[in-house]
Amino acid sequence: MRTHKVFIVFVFVVVWEVVAVLANSRFLPSPLHVGTTFWNLLSSGALFRHAAVSLARVLAGFLLALAVGLPLGVLMGWFPKMENLSVIIEMLRPIPPLAWIPLAMLWFGIGFQSKAFIIFIGAFFPILSNALLGVRETEPYLVEAGRVLGASDSQILRNIILPNSFPSILEGLRIGLGIAWMCLVAAELTGLNPPLGLGYLIMEARDLGRADTVMAGMIAIGVIGYAMNIALRQLEKRLVRWRP
Amino acid sequence: MITLEQVAKTIGELPILEAVSLSVKKGQFMCLVGPSGCGKTTLLKCIAGLRTYEGKIRIDGRLSQGINPKIGYVFQEFSLFPFLTVKGNMEFGLRIQKKPRKEMDDIVASLLDLFLLQGFEHAYPHELSGGMQKKVAIARALATDPEILLMDEPFVSLDAQTRNMLQKELLRIWNKTHKTILFITHNVDEAVFLADRVMVLTRRPATVKEEFLIDLERERDRTSPEFVSVRKEILKELEEEYVEQVDRGYKGL
Repeated sequence: MRTHKVFIVFVFVVVWEVVAVLANSRFLPSPLHVGTTFWNLLSSGALFRHAAVSLARVLAGFLLALAVGLPLGVLMGWFPKMENLSVIIEMLRPIPPLAWIPLAMLWFGIGFQSKAFIIFIGAFFPILSNALLGVRETEPYLVEAGRVLGASDSQILRNIILPNSFPSILEGLRIGLGIAWMCLVAAELTGLNPPLGLGYLIMEARDLGRADTVMAGMIAIGVIGYAMNIALRQLEKRLVRWRP
Repeated sequence: MITLEQVAKTIGELPILEAVSLSVKKGQFMCLVGPSGCGKTTLLKCIAGLRTYEGKIRIDGRLSQGINPKIGYVFQEFSLFPFLTVKGNMEFGLRIQKKPRKEMDDIVASLLDLFLLQGFEHAYPHELSGGMQKKVAIARALATDPEILLMDEPFVSLDAQTRNMLQKELLRIWNKTHKTILFITHNVDEAVFLADRVMVLTRRPATVKEEFLIDLERERDRTSPEFVSVRKEILKELEEEYVEQVDRGYKGL
C-alpha cells in the first residue's frame, strides 16, 4: 500500500518534470526548481514565520467558531424551540466565507481580526451543524434508558447526549478546520498587514513573477492542511475507541 | 406489585390503549401478548413513567407518577450506551444515585457473576454478541435493585437458539432475585415458556382480552402436550385479533 503511494507521487513528479521541460516557461518551473526554492525558504526560516502567522490566525478563528458553534449546535439539538434558529443559519450557510471578505475589511480592516473573522465564518457552520446533528440523532431509546435509570435532564445531556454525539462533533471540528485553512489562504490574499502568512507569501511571489515561490508556498499550504487532517483523524481514533 | 386501573392513552386522535386493568403480584412473572402494533410498548412505557396516560397505575398500592426507582426497564432495541463499557453501563444508575465507589464495584462484580459475564467488564457493547448485549441490558436494569422489571420484547431481534438460551437465563435470574416481571412479547411460545400468567391483549386500541394461568412445572418442555395445548388456546385468541384487523383493513378500503 505504502509503496503504491510512493510510486504514485513519483509518477506525478516525473510527469510534472516532463511537462515543465516541454513547456519551457518560467511560469511552470520544474519540480527540482520548486524543491530548491522550498528548501531555501525552509532553511532561511521564512517559511516557518509565514506558517506560524497563518496558523495563529487559523487557531484564533477556529477556537472562536468552536466556542460559539459547539454550544449553539448542542442547544439547538436539545431544545426544540432553539431549532427555529436554523431558519437564519440555513440562510447564512450558503454564503461562501469569501463573500464575507469585503464586510470583514470594512469592519475589522486588513489586520489579524479581519482574517480571524473569515476563518470563524468558515469553521462555524460545519462545527455547528455536526454538533446539532449528533445531538438530534441520538436514539430516543438511549435517552429513555437514562430516564428510567433516574437521570435528570442535565444528566442526560452531559452523560448520554454529549458522549454519544462526540464522534459527530469531532467530525465537525475536522471539517471546520479544513475549511478554516482554505479560508485563511484566501483571506490572506487580500490583506497586507502584517506582510506575513502563507497566502501573502504566494501573492507577493506572484507580483514578482516567481512561480517557483508560489508553488513552494502552495506545497506548504497543502502539507500543513494534510497534516492537520491526519492529526485530527488520529485523535478521533484514539478518543472514540468505543465505535465499531 | 403492579396495579393498573382503567389505563387509557390517546395520541392525537388515535386511541392506543382503552381501559386496561390488570395486576401483577409481587414476585410474579406475567407476559403480555398481543398483535403487533397493538400498543403493548406504549402500555409498558406508561407504567415506567415514560408516557402520560389517563387512569391509575399503582406500584405497591401507591399511585405512581413519573419515573419510579422501583421499576427497571429493558428495551426492545439494543439500548446499551455505546460509549460506555459493560461495567460503565451497569454502573449508570448507581452513579446517578451517587453510590460510593466500593458499593458500585461490589454490585457490578455480583452482576457479572450472576449473568456469567466475568471477563467482559471492560468490553464495549459493539464488541459483544447480541445475546450478551441483552444480558448486560438486563443487568443494567437490575443494578439499582428495582422490585419490578418491565421487559419490552427484549429477545425479539435474536436468533432462535440465543433466544431460548436467554429465556432460561432469565428464569434462573428471576428465581434468584424474586423480581416482579412484566414481559411483553408477540411470541406465544416464549410467553408460555416463561410466564406464570399470560394476558392476551386485543388489537389497537388495546385492552385485556383474556387471561391464562400457566400452571406447569418449570423448566417447561416446549413439546409436552400440556404446553402445546395452552399454546394453541392462546394462539387462537390472538389470531382472532389478527383476523379482525384484516377485516377492518378491507372495510377501510
